[in-house]
Amino acid sequence: LFHNLQELRHSASLANKVFIQRDYSEGTTCKFQTKFPSELESRIERTLFEDTVKTLNNYYAEAEKIGGQSYLEGCLACATAYLIFLCMETRYEKVLKKIAKYIQEQNEKIYAPRGLLITDPIERGMRVIEISIYEDRGSSGSSSGSSSVSGSTAR
Amino acid sequence: MITRKVRKWEKLPGKNTFCCDGRVMMARQKGVFYLTLFLITGTCALFFAFECPYLAVSLSPAIPVFAVLLFLFVMAMLLRTSFSDPGVLPRALPEEATFIEMEIEAANGNVPAGQRPPPRIRNVQINNQIVKLKYCYTCKIFRPPRASHCSICDNCVDRFDHHCPWVGNCVGKRNYRYFYLFTLSLSLLTIYIFTFDIVHVVMREYPDTPLASHRLNVLEVLVCFFTLWSVVGLTGFHTYLISLNQTTNEDIKGSWSGKNRGQNPYSHKNIIKNCCEVLCGPTYPSVLDRRGLLQEDTPIPSSNPVPQTTKTTAPLIPNEHTPDDAKPSIAASAEKSSSPKEEHPAATKVPPLASPETDAETSIAKERAH
Repeated sequence: LFHNLQELRHSASLANKVFIQRDYSEGTTCKFQTKFPSELESRIERTLFEDTVKTLNNYYAEAEKIGGQSYLEGCLACATAYLIFLCMETRYEKVLKKIAKYIQEQNEKIYAPRGLLITDPIERGMRVIEISIYEDRGSSGSSSGSSSVSGSTAR
Repeated sequence: MITRKVRKWEKLPGKNTFCCDGRVMMARQKGVFYLTLFLITGTCALFFAFECPYLAVSLSPAIPVFAVLLFLFVMAMLLRTSFSDPGVLPRALPEEATFIEMEIEAANGNVPAGQRPPPRIRNVQINNQIVKLKYCYTCKIFRPPRASHCSICDNCVDRFDHHCPWVGNCVGKRNYRYFYLFTLSLSLLTIYIFTFDIVHVVMREYPDTPLASHRLNVLEVLVCFFTLWSVVGLTGFHTYLISLNQTTNEDIKGSWSGKNRGQNPYSHKNIIKNCCEVLCGPTYPSVLDRRGLLQEDTPIPSSNPVPQTTKTTAPLIPNEHTPDDAKPSIAASAEKSSSPKEEHPAATKVPPLASPETDAETSIAKERAH
């Protein structure tokens, strides 16, 4: 349908947004629910969606892992009164960059062609993964009020 | 319309003050913070001016050197605690807020007229313990576990500990360890100065001492004495909290004490592990992109009389015209369907969505800027 992001931008209008919530079952570490929202049922395969969320969860787990490396970083930083952060990037920041790249890739390869767009959770306070659902401007016209599940008309 | 670029911190809701173009973030009332600065630098200045020359000569020059290092560490920790983002959770944008409202309404079902709807609470299970997440009416979100809304700063803060007027900021997830190190190092500094004051008094007792410096000495001792009890006590209290992985907020509310004792789901049940997590855990990034850029449209005075609202709840993605303008009902409510389309400020422009390049850049820029 949409072959790339440029096309998405020029010929689609925003129809709806879905918010994937945090999964707190294992504590306060950053993890998102992998439950497949019904609004996306007609737009994308469940496995692709789950893979995206699971990969993101793995990235966040890597960033927040408490172990040898985080202790070293913490102690070294403390010894320099945290001044070292003026010139060094923290591990979390490094992983966030990887996440941004991953999301961009996913958008380009998988989501935009299906008329969807993922917003990086850091732009939403790490609270939700916002997925915007687009309708093809030409075909759905004034049907923006219609139910979100009937996105199939856009195809 | 004039479009100008503003930094996001200028548009943040909440009662914080920002300095250095968004690099520094503090609470509004800073009076007590200045007092803290004054007390610490004042007492240390007296110590360095009046005690150290004597101590360096008669005991060892290492004494003032160590005092200087300790003083610098204390100041670094204080400033880091006071100036950083404690872990503020940004408020929900309109679409997210609406989405949550709909979920709540769906969960509540039909409330008979005249009856108050049930309180907005979400139950989650964390490590086999049921934790209630409360809804924040100001921020329009369900607060994550351990987050709390600070009424002084008007923000929800993650892992909220308390609002500390002495540092002029909230203490939360991102700055708790700096706060703890501040109280710990200040305790050490106070004990250090106190000890050497006593040593000085004792050693100088027999030879004549000038009266003025004697009085200053007494002043230092007094300040140290009172500081000692409060700061050392506070350090002890927080050491206790850290070993149990609790926050001051939870302790005050009695969340994990009394009949709930031993049920703290966040604790690793191991003092070392708890301390390591709190003090040596990862350094969490700020999710408030304070120094990011935003487009703000202001009307040219001669144009339409109705002022256009500036994007106070602007999207966090720069260069984006809020899709809200063009938009659709998240719910399938017929009333809303046609009007938004007509009202769309005719910027024949397609609501452009930020390209992922901008997103990536923004994240990188944000991390750099922080």
